[in-house]
Amino acid sequence: MPQLADALDAPLIFEQGQSGRANPYVPHHAENADAYLPREVLRCELPLPDNTELDVVRHFTRLSQRTFGIDIGFYPLGSCTMKYNPRINDAMANLPGLRDLHPFAPDELAQGALAVMWELERSLSSLFGMAAFSLNPAAGAHGELAALLISKAYFRKRGERERTTVIVPDTAHGTNPASAAMVGYKVVSLESDKRGRVDPETLRKVVGSDTAVCMMTNPNTLGLFEDRIKEIAEIVHAAGGLMYYDGANANALMGNARPGDMGFDLMHLNLHKTFSIPHGGGGAGAGPLGVAKHLVDFLPTPVVRERDGVFALDFDVPSTIGPMRSFWSNFAHMVRALAYVNANGAEGLTRVSQLAVLNANYIRAKIRDVIETPYDEPCRHEFVASAQTLKRETGVRALDIAKALLDRGYMAPTIYFPLLVPECLMIEPTETESKETLDEFIAVFRDIIAQAHANPQEILAAPQHTVVGRVDETKAAREPNLRWSDGSVA
Amino acid sequence: MSYTPHTPSDIRAMLEAVGAKDLAELVKVPDDVALRAKLELSPALSESEIACKFTALAARNDAPNYASFLGAGVYRHYVPPVIGALAMRGEFLTAYTPYQAEVSQGYLQAIYEWQTYICLLTGMDLANASVYDGATALAEGAIMAVNATGRQALLVSKAVHPNYRAVLGTYCDGLEVEIDELEYLPSGTTDFTNLNDKLAGGKYAAVIVQSPNFFGAIDTFPKNTADAVKIGVVAEPLSLAVLSTPRDWGADICVGEAQSFGIAAAYGGPHVGFIACTKEHMRRIPGRLVGRTVDNAGRNAYVLTLQAREQHIRRERATSNICTNQAHCALIATIYLAAMGATGLRDCALENLRLAQATRKAMLDVPDVTARFSGATFNEFVIRVPGSAAETLEALRRKRVLGGLDLGRFYPELDDCILTTATELTTQADIDALQAGLRSVVPTLRKKELAAAR
Repeated sequence: MPQLADALDAPLIFEQGQSGRANPYVPHHAENADAYLPREVLRCELPLPDNTELDVVRHFTRLSQRTFGIDIGFYPLGSCTMKYNPRINDAMANLPGLRDLHPFAPDELAQGALAVMWELERSLSSLFGMAAFSLNPAAGAHGELAALLISKAYFRKRGERERTTVIVPDTAHGTNPASAAMVGYKVVSLESDKRGRVDPETLRKVVGSDTAVCMMTNPNTLGLFEDRIKEIAEIVHAAGGLMYYDGANANALMGNARPGDMGFDLMHLNLHKTFSIPHGGGGAGAGPLGVAKHLVDFLPTPVVRERDGVFALDFDVPSTIGPMRSFWSNFAHMVRALAYVNANGAEGLTRVSQLAVLNANYIRAKIRDVIETPYDEPCRHEFVASAQTLKRETGVRALDIAKALLDRGYMAPTIYFPLLVPECLMIEPTETESKETLDEFIAVFRDIIAQAHANPQEILAAPQHTVVGRVDETKAAREPNLRWSDGSVA
Repeated sequence: MSYTPHTPSDIRAMLEAVGAKDLAELVKVPDDVALRAKLELSPALSESEIACKFTALAARNDAPNYASFLGAGVYRHYVPPVIGALAMRGEFLTAYTPYQAEVSQGYLQAIYEWQTYICLLTGMDLANASVYDGATALAEGAIMAVNATGRQALLVSKAVHPNYRAVLGTYCDGLEVEIDELEYLPSGTTDFTNLNDKLAGGKYAAVIVQSPNFFGAIDTFPKNTADAVKIGVVAEPLSLAVLSTPRDWGADICVGEAQSFGIAAAYGGPHVGFIACTKEHMRRIPGRLVGRTVDNAGRNAYVLTLQAREQHIRRERATSNICTNQAHCALIATIYLAAMGATGLRDCALENLRLAQATRKAMLDVPDVTARFSGATFNEFVIRVPGSAAETLEALRRKRVLGGLDLGRFYPELDDCILTTATELTTQADIDALQAGLRSVVPTLRKKELAAAR
């Protein structure tokens, strides 16, 4: 069983070191800034701690030992696709010719980088059935924002300013309504039906001449394929609206079906989920935005163009919404993603989806007799379980199961999402886990449920074997302490 | 190659457990959306073939082998190997957003340390756990000001990074927020003439100034700026090792980019933005925040906090749609700051000052090359060349020197101006190459300019 470091406290870097301990990283010319700059623009003091390199190595190694990542153990976090990250991808991103390239380097001296972006863009367009992708957005939510800005520009150009609402099913990610609000759209929530899907009849009641965009995830956050998607897209299109595909769950689809063929006009991908980029504690990610043909002229700038084997950044996109970020893309992630696409090829990527779906269904089949699975049918790459009955019978909630899993060396599933399932646990194993790992997890999960019935107190007291016990979140919110200050805590 | 562990017998056993006949049955979609197209992807490669392919691609980027004076928002700084050795530890690299605090104390503490470093450098009360980059930090900071004041217009200095202003424009277009500009002066700093008259009408949510600004000049807000949120932008945070803090020069919100702190240029990303502010804006700051608290045994503990502002709880009423943060880049910056310490950071800043001054002097020693602006600068500055900056830079490039950025790309009136940057990695040989290049290039362009004038 994987173990995190011992329970000894880790002092802050600010509580260590001695002033004047310099590491010889850069020359010391012992001059003062006032030799170059007027005194009135200079600062008086720079209150940062000085530590030796060894201090720094021990400090951050200790912090790493107090952090759970995929390299420590199984990470079945639903909707986040925590697959193994092949190390070759990082090695390629760190090749000096790629790593040290300045974004203002002339195109002639950056042909290799532009070729990476070009091949990735073409590959994604083919894989997902879109006319083009912009690699500009820095994260999935950023891609959503770009898409909604495009929709706004598109309708403005068509003189359809009355399109002010965005339809979002209750199975959507929380970023969808937030992104809609960030471009000034009103959000209409759509209830899913008993099958956990959008019902075309319900949709018909809310679409209209004010509909700008319908945002959907397919498979949705319940892990279910929206099997009437073509009909749904037709309803939205007939009303003059656009269909947006949230690519968070694209791992279940890759090589098996394409949003473009389902009628989606816009989509984002989370490269860090589907294409094996390290999540790095929650970022950096990358959220390329795909569009159908009629929206290509609105893409954020720049886009990569190819002519006779020569690549160039093009800032002259006719109806562009403008750039979404300081520079062109999270380029190092484009390198990682392309290395992954190249390693798999079309067949490999198709296989990835199939095995991700197999793994999810396998866990589901092996635990559904001990915990409710509210939508009781084969799932895609993830599925939801509910601890509602368990809570009623034993007092053990989804949160407690999560904490008990941490105690046993596993990352917890996503809990309390989607909001429409009470006491929800959302499990996504991904394709890179072996049958043995899944069998061990299944055994541990079943044991936790058995204990919840036999001796709930033990589960309610979890975790006991982590570096800290349950954290006081209420105190954190009521007495915000967001920084160290002067030796005392502010 | 593929990264899946399943043997044929595993697959058989698992299919049997789930009651499916084959894999195709599990992923079957309705006929009307079934995949018909042939996917146009390169054939699968082995790892050794991937290594060859990308090594060849990297070799096609010749720019890193040139003497480079490019800056303009991305800076070439020395990165001690210890930074990568620690940041690339698998526990850090392969973790997700630290939702489960008990097994994420290390990352949470690192983010708390990052927040503290940003506060110590900027002089602000609190900082978020990072955002995408400098430009999006500016856009999000501006939205904070719009929400705080209920006003739909911004006043932005033309000396703020043009890319940042363009992104601000993209975001503001969606929210229908108007942007007005402040001109720049011969010093290269912002023209604040009649600022208080402009602000008196109550039209503007914020005044936005960058320091050192896009021309390298040290810019500040005027004293007694009435009635608007003041947003200070920092694109080169190394300057904060020697310059007075944005809080000192009047910022209520400070936004910026921390790429300089150990993060690779990487052709523009990933980098890491930050937003710091005074206490009064605490509940409007977007993105993640890590707070210090205790666990059930009273031990120090860290946790994501004030989440009521965030998209997964407030959905369409959230302060921003940002779902996560640039945790790994923020971690790199935190390790960099820890390793450098105050002494190392100050030494590094002084080297930047010294070498920028030497570079500037070497350029101005070339006949017909002049300074465009008069204000004090940190590690970059603007010079004027005869004729065209684009042609000058092109000619320098043929001599394997990237002399800087052609300002005509962003400011038509500055098409004879070059933004040049020096850092601690600038060598005397680079400076000599730049000067020699200019000496041979400038007279030709000067002749051309004179001919055109006749």
